[in-house]
Parts: sequence; C-alpha cells; structure tokens
Amino acid sequence: MDFRPSEDQQALRHGIREVLEARFGPEALRAAVEAPALDRELWRALGDAGFFALCLPEDAGGVGLGLPEAVLAFEEAGRVLLPGPAVATFLAAGEIEGAAAGETVVTAAEGALVPWLAGADVVRGDTGGAVAVRSVDPLTPLHRVPEAPDTGTRRPAPLGSGAQGPDTLGPGATASLLRAAEQLGSATRTCETAVRYARTREQFGGPVGRFQAVQHLCADMLVRAELARVAVYAAAVTGDRLEAAGARLLADDAAVRNARDCLQVHGGMGFTWESDVHLHLKRAWVRAGLGAGARRAEEDLAAAL
Amino acid sequence: MDLTYTPEEEAFRAGLRDWLARVLPELPDRPAPDDWPGRRAYDTGWQRTLYDAGYGEVHWDASPTLRLIFLEETEKAGAPYVGANFVGLLHAGPTIAAEGTPEQRARWLPPVLRGDEVWCQGFSEPDAGSDLASLRTRACRDGDCYVVSGAKIWTSHAEVADWCELLVRTTPVSADVPKHRGITWLALPMDAAGVTVRPLRTLAGTTEFAEVFLDEVRVPVANRVGAQDDGWRVSMVTLSFERGTAFVGEVVACRRLLGELAARARANGSWDDAVLRRRIGRLSAEFTALWRLTQWNVSGARRTGGVPGSGGSVFKLRYSHARQELYEAAADVLGPDALDLDRPWVLERLSALSYTIAAGTSQIQRNIVAERVLGLPKGR
Repeated sequence: MDFRPSEDQQALRHGIREVLEARFGPEALRAAVEAPALDRELWRALGDAGFFALCLPEDAGGVGLGLPEAVLAFEEAGRVLLPGPAVATFLAAGEIEGAAAGETVVTAAEGALVPWLAGADVVRGDTGGAVAVRSVDPLTPLHRVPEAPDTGTRRPAPLGSGAQGPDTLGPGATASLLRAAEQLGSATRTCETAVRYARTREQFGGPVGRFQAVQHLCADMLVRAELARVAVYAAAVTGDRLEAAGARLLADDAAVRNARDCLQVHGGMGFTWESDVHLHLKRAWVRAGLGAGARRAEEDLAAAL
Repeated sequence: MDLTYTPEEEAFRAGLRDWLARVLPELPDRPAPDDWPGRRAYDTGWQRTLYDAGYGEVHWDASPTLRLIFLEETEKAGAPYVGANFVGLLHAGPTIAAEGTPEQRARWLPPVLRGDEVWCQGFSEPDAGSDLASLRTRACRDGDCYVVSGAKIWTSHAEVADWCELLVRTTPVSADVPKHRGITWLALPMDAAGVTVRPLRTLAGTTEFAEVFLDEVRVPVANRVGAQDDGWRVSMVTLSFERGTAFVGEVVACRRLLGELAARARANGSWDDAVLRRRIGRLSAEFTALWRLTQWNVSGARRTGGVPGSGGSVFKLRYSHARQELYEAAADVLGPDALDLDRPWVLERLSALSYTIAAGTSQIQRNIVAERVLGLPKGR
C-alpha cells in the first residue's frame, strides 16, 4: 500500500498544470469572465495533451490510464476554474467523434440544469423545455429544464454508456467523482490564496496572518481540503459507489466553505468583482448543484449502513 | 495511488485474524472503569498475550503498514486496545527507542513489551497546558541525582504506573535561554520517596487521570534520556507519534458504531427523521474519509522513515470533532434514553468531550497547522 500519488502520477499532474497555466492563466481567466465563450483553441490543446482521453484504452486512441489519473487532471482543471463542460466531454470520448481530441464539445443535462447548452456541439439527454437562466457563475452559462413530474427527484444523468471509468461506478457516479475532483482543486486553490493574502496584507503593523482568528480560518480550510483529497483519491482507486458519494459530499463542502472563508480572509477585497475569490465560490455552487445532489448522496450512504 | 497490500502483508493479516479468533473468546471479562488494579491486570495481561504470540513489538519495529493492519484487525475483532500500556507503547517506549542509550533501551523496553511495567506521562502542569514549554517543575543536579520538585496534572494511569516520563526544567528561562530550551526528559520511578498521586474525577464520573506532586524526589542522572536541556526536542518525538496512528483503532470502532446506530434508529423509529438519517449518512462519509486519511498518513510516514508528519494534526482536528458529532447523533437516536447513564453510548458521549482538548486542544492544533504547515507568521 502506498496511497500517495506515484512519480508518474505527479508528473502527469505537473504536465496538465503546465498546459493549463500556459493556456489559461490569470489574464485569460479575467478575459473569459468579461466575454464568456468556449475557447476552442484551449479545448484542442487539452485534447492534444490527452486530457479528454486519459482513460480510453490505447488501442482506441486513448492514453490508457485509470480514474486516479483522471481525478488528478480534473483537480487541476478545478484549480484554474477551467470553463466548459469538461466532464461531459471526457465521458463522451470514445463514443462521440471528436470528443477525445477536444474538437467536439459535449454537454449533458444533469439534474435540472444544463451547462453550456448553446456553446456545445453535442447535447446529451432530454433538454426539452430548456430555458436560459442568468447564471450566478459568469463562467458557466446555464439552462434550466423542468423537474421530473414525480416527487421532485431529478432526472438521471444521460451521460452515455461510460466508455471511460470503472464498470462499478457507471457514468453518473463517474461524472460526480470528476466534479468532486474539480471541487477539490478549487478548495486547495482558495486555501493557498487565503494563506498568501494573509501573509502579505498588513494591518496593525504586520501581516494579518499572525492573528489566530485568521490562522484558524486558514487551518480549517486545509483540513477540509485534505479530507476531501483522500476521499476523492480513494474513491478513484477503489471505484466504490459509496466512497464516490461520500467524496462528492466532502468535496462540495470543502469547495464551498473554503471559498467562503477565503472571501472572509480577503476582507473588503473579497467582496469585489476584481478579486477571483467570488469566481471560485460561484463555480463551487454550480458544481454542487449539478447531478443528483447532496440529499441523494447522504440517503445512499445512510441506506448502506 | 495504491491501496492494495503485498502478499506478505495479507499473510500477516490472515495469521492475525486466525490468532484473534482463537484467543479472544478466552479473555476474562473487562474490569469496571474505576477498578484500576483490575484494569492494569487486564491490559498488561493482554500485552503479555500479544508478546507471547510474537506481536509485542508491532507498535515499534513493524512497518507502518503492518501496524495499520494490526490496529485495524484487532479493533474489528473487538480485541482490547493498549489501555494502561498507552504511554509505554506509544509515547515513552518510542522515545526511549529513538533517543535512549543501549543500556536504557535494554532496561526499559522489554518490560513494556512483556506487560511487566506500566508508564504514565508527566508533561502538563497546572500552569503549563497548551503552553507546555512554560512548565516549571524544577530539577537541580545533586551529585549523580536530579532533585525534582513541582506538580503535574492530567496524568493518565498514574495510579497504577511504575514509571513516569517526566519533563522538568533544568535551566531557568532567561534572556539567553528561551522556554523551549532548558527542559529535560527523565524516567521517574513512581515509587520514589516524595511522589504523591491524587486522582482526579472526570465529568464522566470516573478517575481517568490524576495530579502528581513531586517533593524533592531524587531521580538518578542515569534516568535522563537525551542530553540535559534537550528534552523539548526529545518529547516532540512522542507527540508526533501520538498524533500519527494512535487513533486508528478508534476510527474503525466509530465506523462499526455507525452501523449499530443505524440499526437502533431503524428499530426505534428515529430513522424516519430524514434530517437525522442524512446526518448519519454524512458521518459515514466522514469516517470513511478519516480511515483513508490514516492510510494516507501511513503512506507518507513510509516515505519519511516512520516519523508521522503534519497529517497527524489534520487528522486529529477533524477526527475529534467528528467523534463528538457522532455521539451527538447517537444521543438523538436514543431520544430520552440519552439521559440514562446505564444506556449504551451515554458515557462515551461524555468521554468524547475530552477529544478536542487532550493531546493538544483543537485551537493549538490550528495554530500548529497554520504556522508549521501553511507557513503563516508566528501567532499572537
């Protein structure tokens, strides 16, 4: 047993981070906020780097890796707030022509929401009656589809047959786990951002990070991110449905609450449009709102006891 | 990321399981919480059983992975935990093993492994709790002895201990000597003249720990582990052990308790409460992740040569709160029975209150994480 990422896995993560930093740095992020549109060049660059085909077998043109590598890649996507329906495109690789290469952008109705409906080339699932909403996240256009007529439960995610991902999870749970990985990346990033700000912002004659009230917010952020990390990684390794549900709960919690605490550490700056903190919070809310939701995960975990 | 075990590790697990299945049915009944002589006999007897079967040194010399398997399997089988041997096996023993001379290791380690001698810990003082380095128990050199005077508090197992790992001040704090310097680690024989033990009653009604008063107690210089004035560094070895794998068995037990809670809730109707049900579902995710965090920390320790890293503080912060939340959920499942001390889980709910305080309060743990892991400036 050696649960830590191997050297190869760390190298893969590093490679993805380099691509993302080169193609989608802080300036590109702000440009995307002001003019939200799918960056096809970025999408193709990710395709060239193998991002969408990580888990496709090599004889199908993929990289032939597993879900643990995929969660590391999506963690990096979450760190930089990569816009676009990356999870649905990843799951469509090997099924829909061009998805693996990043040529074809695929989205899907997940629960009551469809991200990037207008910008995508292929839309999976029933989006009948979809209405555009003014999305809280400037980087994720959203459409709303009517709820299924029964007891308010949401529609199952029509994410295809799940060519990528272990059989045990199925496409819905795989999508959920990859989203949890994005949440983990965001939670780690907001923790780092808060710590950097607390080290440099000076009040009362020194950095605010010397105050325990600020330190304890930051420490709790790290604890949330690290617990989410082991949950996400373990679910990716075991392919266990319940571990994936638990990972989603912990990662949603870490991403949302870390963004909130990061905002708090930034004081007035945290409340501005100019700061990136609100982008993490809003994306974390959107990710948490896609798919089956926390209630379902909690009920599944309780039922298994 | 590999969560599989080697064939050797699986063989160790299988052998341990078989052995536990044979041995555990023959164990005597557990003594009452306040029967300290009985508890000592029970805990040291179990340690002797482990020693005779070849599992005596599993906390020290085995690889972190084998230790993890040992803790997992013994807890799953319902075997006793270290109990009164806690300090000897997990604090003083590892410290002596790491920092002691060959003579000291030969004198003190075998009796711990055989269950012959019990240790307690004399670190905290009435005025040195979270601020442990401000401890004031004085030790003055007199020939080949230190003469020790002062008071220690929260000393678990003091009533039945043979030895105490004692932190004393050998050089007073001054402009040149910061408080972390000038501390020395001594092995104190609990039967020495001038040692007085006064049990303290916890809010759970039991005497889990004690005050220890030291009045000009003579401790041989040969009982010093590490150099004079270097005791702070020596003691940090033990504290990181404590925050490393010491709670592994308890996480396994908490996961079992969740199943028992669900069964009770289904039987008494409280399972119909969706809010409570979902809370328990979330706790299940939490404790599964805490188990994975122990595997993560053990994997990290493997790479750093066995010394647990900062993951211990992260674990302790989250685990102590999760344990308290678990027993709050248990109380809600029990309903009115939660106020009856004779019901299961009620005493444990009280005991759980110590978890965010003992071995470094949650507040101190956050300071440690903020300053040593996140690199924030020294707090104020």
